[in-house]
Amino acid sequence: MPDILYFAWLRDRLGHDREAISLPSGVTRVSDLVQMLHDRGGEYGEIFGQPELVRVAVNQSFAALDTCIGPDDEIAFFPPVTGG
Amino acid sequence: MPRIHIRVQTEIFDPTHESASLLAGHSDVGAMASFIGMVREDGGLRSLELEHYPGMTESMMTRIAESAATRFGLSGCTIIHRVGRLGVGAPIVLVICTAAHRGTAFQAVEFVMDWLKSRAPFWKKEEFSDGRTQWVQPREHDAQCLRRWDDADGNSLDIPAGR
Repeated sequence: MPDILYFAWLRDRLGHDREAISLPSGVTRVSDLVQMLHDRGGEYGEIFGQPELVRVAVNQSFAALDTCIGPDDEIAFFPPVTGG
Repeated sequence: MPRIHIRVQTEIFDPTHESASLLAGHSDVGAMASFIGMVREDGGLRSLELEHYPGMTESMMTRIAESAATRFGLSGCTIIHRVGRLGVGAPIVLVICTAAHRGTAFQAVEFVMDWLKSRAPFWKKEEFSDGRTQWVQPREHDAQCLRRWDDADGNSLDIPAGR
């Protein structure tokens, strides 16, 4: 099962920093996962209903909505970065 | 091969030690430029809590340093970034670049900082003296700084912004 990680204010609002998730058969791209998380409603609905607020990495590389995902991937959602 | 030193750490860094370490044995170096970013007191700010994505952070820092080394012909590049709670005045980030001449050393430090600000997965939470906290929002100015490194060859660092 892929792990989903959350950082910064996404983690604060969702209340956890990771979850293991079973990808339903139709979920093959980041955009499908975003839609699935959005459909949970509540905080997920609010956050993933505004994908422009969220950045995504697949296996620790920046990814895009059309990036393919599979059962062994590490997928992370986080706000735009503010280091330096 | 350029010497690349990358670290993410909670403890303070020693610029003198890091400079000597980057220079050791490199007699072709004619210029060393460096930058230290610090926590600035601003609007009652007391401290910053810095968070990162272990693993991805180090790999992005390495890619940024290697890209700077290639683009500017550096002898060496050190990037040390702190995480955890840092009070006003505390150093956050150290960048040191060594090169044959000063022009490329200066430019490389700016290049590294601009890419770090926009592509290394760190996040800052501001903590104020009245107890308020808020996550720092990205600034358009940082995105503008990054764009000045676009050139006819396209971005020298092929790192998508994600979304």
